[in-house]
Amino acid sequence: MKLYPFVIEILQILVLLAIAPVFAGWVKMLKCWSQGRSSPGLFQPYRDIRKLFSKDVVLAENASWIFRFTPYLVFGVALLAGCIIPILSTDLPLAATADVIVLVSLFAIARFFTALAGMDIGTAFGGMGSSREMTIASLAEPAMLMAIFTMSLAGGTTSLSQMTQVILSGQSVFRPSMAFAFLAFLLVAIAETGRIPVDNPATHLELTMIHEAMILEYSGRYLALVEWAGMMKLFLFFTLGIAAFFPWGIAASGDLYAVFSAFFFMGLKLGIEAVFLVLIETGLAKMRLFRLTEFLGSAFLLATLGMLSYFILE
Amino acid sequence: MQIAAQIIGFLAALVLLTAFGMLVQRRMTALIHLFAWQGLFLSISTAVVGFMAGQRHLYISSLLTLSLKVILLPYILHVLVRRLRIHREIETVVNVPLTMLIGVALVIFSYHLTAPVRELSTLVTRSVLPIALATVLIGLLMMITRRHAVTQIIGFLAMENGLFFAATSATYGMPLVVELGVALDVLIAAFIFGIFFFHIHTSFDSLNVEQMARLKEGD
Repeated sequence: MKLYPFVIEILQILVLLAIAPVFAGWVKMLKCWSQGRSSPGLFQPYRDIRKLFSKDVVLAENASWIFRFTPYLVFGVALLAGCIIPILSTDLPLAATADVIVLVSLFAIARFFTALAGMDIGTAFGGMGSSREMTIASLAEPAMLMAIFTMSLAGGTTSLSQMTQVILSGQSVFRPSMAFAFLAFLLVAIAETGRIPVDNPATHLELTMIHEAMILEYSGRYLALVEWAGMMKLFLFFTLGIAAFFPWGIAASGDLYAVFSAFFFMGLKLGIEAVFLVLIETGLAKMRLFRLTEFLGSAFLLATLGMLSYFILE
Repeated sequence: MQIAAQIIGFLAALVLLTAFGMLVQRRMTALIHLFAWQGLFLSISTAVVGFMAGQRHLYISSLLTLSLKVILLPYILHVLVRRLRIHREIETVVNVPLTMLIGVALVIFSYHLTAPVRELSTLVTRSVLPIALATVLIGLLMMITRRHAVTQIIGFLAMENGLFFAATSATYGMPLVVELGVALDVLIAAFIFGIFFFHIHTSFDSLNVEQMARLKEGD
């Protein structure tokens, strides 16, 4: 049975909305197990979101429209990104609207507004978090773009679904440029999703938090949206990595069976990737803020080496 | 043939990666490990080149690389570091991100420099030549930017790795006699460095080469 492309698009959004909290729960669960704690369960993020949606919003007196608008924007950006990244199938009508470069800037818009919202209230923590987040962003984005350019060179296109198709039809197995780009992407993804060597998603300690400091003033449904979008962002970065580097299993057509097997493979790959993420998170200590230039500098270096080795070796 | 060329390309990329890793690594043990890894990649790629080109003597030099640069020299350096209780380098002359950028510039430079050679050469391994040259230059950069005597020696040995790699990729290796001679030289050099380090350490209490400025007459 053939599915219409827009049906696949809707399926993707549903998968994104439903699976992202489960994935976040899975990561948390693995992390608890690896540290010898009992875990809150796979569906705890759902319960958290539902609880937050039923709570009242407490707004600061001097909160402007930016503060109220940002959660919706961040959530919308995550949804739109979910329509562009080939999570289940490469046959996406909305994929033509944006290539990977636009995808990066979509995430940048979300971050820009989050940083503004952090400063909007005028508390010290918000401003501190915003300034730290922008510092990281200014280092992470060039590395991210460089990794993406390397991938686009190898695939001959900047459209993500076409890139995935090129890799799916794969000719050469040993591509040093892709290996470098993957390593760079890994480092950037850790920084962008705020995982441990860069930022600790579980902390509310004043001096160490980065992303949490920006959204400290949010409550009720706003916080629910921001948290949900954060989980979606983690999920999206993982599926982006899958689509760009390990796309095997993603459906190339709208065939119902292919989409189902793509869903199965996605689950499998995400489950395994989460194990690696948790290994990184429990194995490393959080880095000092001033060490981040080296961390993200090496991401940029790896991406540049990937691009150079594309020209030199391929 | 195509697969072998791809494997060599991949190993070349790994050699370059370890060269950069050594350039930015601060910890002494990790630095020696990276050096051993570089030797391992070099040895495998030499064997693959030998297999592809049907040159028997490359197997011998591959084994020589394996025994010397993967096992013996790292072992000597480890013993040295443990005896002298060096674990962490004091500081680099230039900060790490800038060193990385200079390294990238060196890769581009060597790509441009070897362009005419690549045009003329017919060997399958010709595309690896810029990486070999870049490894030499990065080793040199490491010797310049580090103040510690042991790191400078590792930089020197990494340069030698690059030269060996260049010889393998540009002409399918030097004659075996030359390679044996070079291997012996490197081994002897490592022993001499080791003895010198002990003496420097006992008279200066440090292996920071800045300290050696004290050697000259005061004015």
